[in-house]
Amino acid sequence: MKVLLVGNPNVGKSVIFYRLTGAKVIASNYPGTTVEVAKGFMRFFDIEAEVIDVPGTYSLEPTNKAESVAVELINSADLIINVLDATNLERNLYLTLELIHNTTKPVLVVLNMWDETKHKGIEIDKEKLQELLGVPVVATCGISGEGIKELVLKIKQAKPTKEESPQRNIWPEIGQIVSQVQKLHHRHHTFLDMLEDASVKPPFSFFFGAAVVFLSFSVIRFIGEGLINYVFDPIFNNFYTPLIMRLSNFLEPGSFLHNLLIGEVAGNTIDYGVSFGVLTTGLYVPLAVVLPYIVSFYLILGILEDWGYLPRLAILGDRLFHRLGLHGYAIVPMILGLGCNVPGALATRLFEERKEKFIAATLLAIAVPCMAQTAMIINLLGKSGGQYVFGVFFIIFCLWLILGRLMNIFTKGRSPEILIEIPPYRRPYFKGVMKKLWLRIKWFFKEAIPLVLLGVFIVNLLYFLRVIDFFASIFSPIITKIWGLPKEAIGALIVGFLRKDVAVGMLRPLQLSIRQAIVGAVILAIYFPCAGTFFVLIKELGIKDMLKSIAIMIAVALSVGFILNYGLTIAGV
Amino acid sequence: MNLVNLNQGQSAKIISIEGGENLVKKLNNLGIKEGLTIKKVTGLFTHGPIVVKVGSTQIALGRGMAAKVIVEAL
Repeated sequence: MKVLLVGNPNVGKSVIFYRLTGAKVIASNYPGTTVEVAKGFMRFFDIEAEVIDVPGTYSLEPTNKAESVAVELINSADLIINVLDATNLERNLYLTLELIHNTTKPVLVVLNMWDETKHKGIEIDKEKLQELLGVPVVATCGISGEGIKELVLKIKQAKPTKEESPQRNIWPEIGQIVSQVQKLHHRHHTFLDMLEDASVKPPFSFFFGAAVVFLSFSVIRFIGEGLINYVFDPIFNNFYTPLIMRLSNFLEPGSFLHNLLIGEVAGNTIDYGVSFGVLTTGLYVPLAVVLPYIVSFYLILGILEDWGYLPRLAILGDRLFHRLGLHGYAIVPMILGLGCNVPGALATRLFEERKEKFIAATLLAIAVPCMAQTAMIINLLGKSGGQYVFGVFFIIFCLWLILGRLMNIFTKGRSPEILIEIPPYRRPYFKGVMKKLWLRIKWFFKEAIPLVLLGVFIVNLLYFLRVIDFFASIFSPIITKIWGLPKEAIGALIVGFLRKDVAVGMLRPLQLSIRQAIVGAVILAIYFPCAGTFFVLIKELGIKDMLKSIAIMIAVALSVGFILNYGLTIAGV
Repeated sequence: MNLVNLNQGQSAKIISIEGGENLVKKLNNLGIKEGLTIKKVTGLFTHGPIVVKVGSTQIALGRGMAAKVIVEAL
């Protein structure tokens, strides 16, 4: 049996999905969190059912890719659980009536966010609604789990409708239903209501937005640095190094296995940045450099997502994004991309037009460094001075602006205006934020750490087989003449196809000057996406657009590397 | 009068949406439709999107779209 969770964006389908199946998915307070289909299983009575969390859609006539996915799935359903935001009954009923009139599938209506109707002075007679719709209706609060049991019990009452009876205009019918089942009571404005209005009204909105962004980055940095300096570095230095030194003595320095597992040893200690063994740098990079920033970034992102601020940031950024051929909501894939480019690339499904998708995806791949890469750039340049770290990100940001502007001018197609629902501010639930953080950390462990280890392993293998020397001599004109880097930097470029963090890490042992380190860090960020992002982008853009995108990346990497190298030399860096 | 030149903070009744079928549908989906009362939250100082309140929801829409929503101030 196949059960589909269908409903408008941001009504809480993913939370209900989690409640029904226990399967973990990301849920947030903004429309368009779910762009991929998630599957899980539930048992009710003695039936095993496959439950599918479907991206949100406003109607059965889709307007973007995430919505078409939803509509296509509906045909294969045995039961549709239609989730509604009870505080927005009128608008949500459109899809409900479409489902009832235009399909013969059994439908169960779930009035989610039931707790919020009370705060908002909305009174809904759900028995009456059930009678008028002719399908079972339950009220739930997904976040607390209230009403979920009743939902499961009522599944059996959902019966197929007899025939399809599509109607051209169902708004009058909705009006009639709403006037019979819903009463609105006056209520006083709360602090959150006032903040909701104020944070979209200029000029306050701009100050508020700047404060939120600045505070977020400061806290991310504070927590990230704190975890490195007070937790992970001490653990590695005090507990792990002695173990590795004993292993080193056992394996004897110079042997193949020693080179592979431990790499270089500095006296009787280890510099994890340069040793490049699978057990030394291979573990240190993901655990002690990247993970602390992953934790701090996703903690803050989770709070921002659940609070509901992201769509408001989208409004502030709308004008800027229009110059890049996008609209303000492009801020969602960009911010997700700052964590990891893969979910960022998937979120480009929110766009309707090919032009928007192409620009957003190309910008993401070139000029939005993921957290793993960011952490490594901080690690590489931070010791020489914060201004260099800032410089690298400033250069990448300028590139983002210029490239977006150029692509807007030269890409054919249409860039539609923004049209989004802004969710109410909600107090982030501690448990919800933590669950989401844990989910993303687990994903990092599962998807990223094995690739990092593989990356370090491949580096050793390539050196051992002299492959790096071979490519170094071929590409040395570009690398040394144009970019001013040592030809060994080719190793970083090769590994960068797999993982960007390992690639930036490979610059460390090369003893680069500040100028070379800046050029190297920028080039590694822009020349090509990592393997994970690459495959998602092929799927999202198609081969033809992906090839165009790659051509832009290579051209940009060559020219920007050249300009930076000579510019910085002239500037005396 | 349309949504762009409606005053900030003003409530208005939507008279019509002067756009193609697709735009009308998209706006309807979000609850912006003929006959409903709408309140303009912002859109006075900047050239950015216009934010309106329909029922208990805030919607942000671009100026081009907002210009096609014909309203009558209340």
